[in-house]
Amino acid sequence: MGAVAYAPKVVTIWEGFKAWFAQQGFAFDYVLYSNYEAQVEAQFDGTLHLAWNSPLAWVRADRMARSRGQSVQAVAMRNTDCNLRSVIVVRADSPIQSEADLRGRTLGVGAIDSPQATLLPLHHLRQAGLTGGEDFTVRRFDVLSGKHGDHIGGERDAAKALIAGEVDASCMIDGNHLAFGLDGTLPAGATRIIARTEPYDHCNFTTSPDAPQAAIDRFVELLLSMQWDDPQVRPLLELEGLKKWKPGRTEFYPALATAVDEQGFYGPDGSILRADYRY
Amino acid sequence: MAQTEAFSVPTIDIEALGLDEGGLLLVRRALAALPAGERLSVRGRAPEWDLQLTAWCRQQGHDVETQVLADGVLEAVVTRGPWAEGRWRGALDTGHSRLAEGEMPAETADPAWGLAARGATVEAGGPSIGFGLSRRDDLWAATAGDLYRQAAAAQWDPETAIDWAAPFDLPPAIEAAVAQVMTYLIENENAALVVPARHLGQVHPQYREVQQVLALQCADEARHIEVFTRRLGLRGQAPRLSTAGGQASLHTLMLAPDFSSATFLLGVLGEGSFITLLTFLQNHAPDPVTRQICRLTARDEARHVAFAMAHLEHRLAVQPDYQTRLQNAVEQRHDELADTAGLNEEVFDALVLLAAGDLNPAAVARGHLAVQQLKLDMAAGRRARLLRLGFAPAEAQRLADLHTRNFM
Ligand SMILES: [Fe+2]
Ligand SMILES: [Fe+2]
Repeated sequence: MGAVAYAPKVVTIWEGFKAWFAQQGFAFDYVLYSNYEAQVEAQFDGTLHLAWNSPLAWVRADRMARSRGQSVQAVAMRNTDCNLRSVIVVRADSPIQSEADLRGRTLGVGAIDSPQATLLPLHHLRQAGLTGGEDFTVRRFDVLSGKHGDHIGGERDAAKALIAGEVDASCMIDGNHLAFGLDGTLPAGATRIIARTEPYDHCNFTTSPDAPQAAIDRFVELLLSMQWDDPQVRPLLELEGLKKWKPGRTEFYPALATAVDEQGFYGPDGSILRADYRY
Repeated sequence: MAQTEAFSVPTIDIEALGLDEGGLLLVRRALAALPAGERLSVRGRAPEWDLQLTAWCRQQGHDVETQVLADGVLEAVVTRGPWAEGRWRGALDTGHSRLAEGEMPAETADPAWGLAARGATVEAGGPSIGFGLSRRDDLWAATAGDLYRQAAAAQWDPETAIDWAAPFDLPPAIEAAVAQVMTYLIENENAALVVPARHLGQVHPQYREVQQVLALQCADEARHIEVFTRRLGLRGQAPRLSTAGGQASLHTLMLAPDFSSATFLLGVLGEGSFITLLTFLQNHAPDPVTRQICRLTARDEARHVAFAMAHLEHRLAVQPDYQTRLQNAVEQRHDELADTAGLNEEVFDALVLLAAGDLNPAAVARGHLAVQQLKLDMAAGRRARLLRLGFAPAEAQRLADLHTRNFM
């Protein structure tokens, strides 16, 4: 299995899961990647049977598979990967009341490859009739690009820039909006939400085209059997940010796929189009 | 009516309070009162509060549905997830925080209890923290709690408890003798600090009372080092001689094989003798500052001896044959020190001089006699404590006499 090392805890998590799988008699190992692009490509050269993918990596893997006449499946995800929303936040005293008021303004977004803090909010504004870079200025807060926004840093920087008056609005995922309120990054009462995206899903375990079905089935079966009550796996689930693994679903990814096309991120075959994307 | 009751969902109104302004606390408390699977209705008016609530519920594993009510108020119905209970399944019970009369802490302390307060409920799966002293009978004393309270109440401030400005002027030879005795006392206090300090970090927090007694004992010894050092330099003297024999004697205390043996050698025999020495100095010291210091330090030492006695009483009550181990500890220490000089001559002469108060032969004879009496008093004290611990009279006498000639 492939996973992206967006933080040191990733090693703790997968070493812990590896030991747990071994106890269940299941031979499992993982390979860490520094970015999702290399990980998805490794799903097509026989290196990986499956990958713990960001939603954007899922979109790319799906496109690469289809263009080759193959298919990939999203077999499992966290309970916390379902029905997320992103928000666009302004300062409380800002004259901006709705999406349309962003015309001519500067919007702070996350990393270039962040679904929640860049791609989906820009897609939302596009649906409202505003195109980033044309109708308003996009200011990117790129932290660890290639990691598809997994690192919270870009969203935090955008939130700080909003409070500092460097941007007129900023984008972030709903959970971080709460977290930034609780930790004081966004002082209570200092900001206002002007828009929220439609619900979307986040990470999933994506199979590789040539993955052995029996092993994948066993992996998913064991994964779904992990109990929060079990003191051995609970710390790992807490680190990975979930209470329960769920079967995968893909019906909440199309908005991201549209955003990818609108913003010219990947081609229909999964090729990387953005020249300013470094990973 | 009854039907309405049966179908009513507990409701809280967080009004205009944002979830990141304390609203979460109200939601969390209301949910905690419900069993898993039950629903809670939350109403509020803060802007976009439902969004934050939804994000929080997702993280916590609660289901949530929002709707706008007829009166325009936004309502979120939260269904409590089972996760909070799951965390406490198989949780560990760590005993009682306050011990009832005669009650003792756990016989063995589980490393998985870690640093939790005794009495806390400890989540399973936490770190296992190894404490070298995790068996009750290896360290317990029935009066530990009382001794801690006494010690806490009896702490004194060297700055104000001693009249450092009290006038006195000693002949140079006597002042030099004071400096030598202080040098010796500091060295002994260093051992009295280091030995319990080494054990303190090994005591499992289950044995809180012992941990607390030892912590204050360390604080006492640190203060003793302070006041002896300050008296030493009060008239411009520098520390004097430290002998190999004296240090060898103290070093054996650091090498004692376990907590009980160390407590026996240091507390019952050593500090017990030390009290006799401090009382001697309180009576014979030539200046008021030294007399005050020795009175206050002897008072602290009495508590240290009381704890040591209480621990050994417990240990011997539950394990009578441990007496043999204590005999061995004394004999082994005696053998190890057999080839050393014992109390250094400088200290002995200094004690004689302090008791004499003068260099004329008659005074020196008086001083010499007083120091001989001091040694007899120390041995008698050791014998009395050994008798109290249940040693037979002849054995108590023998062990009392085998004690180091260095006093501690
Ligand atoms: Fe002392
Ligand atoms: Fe002491």
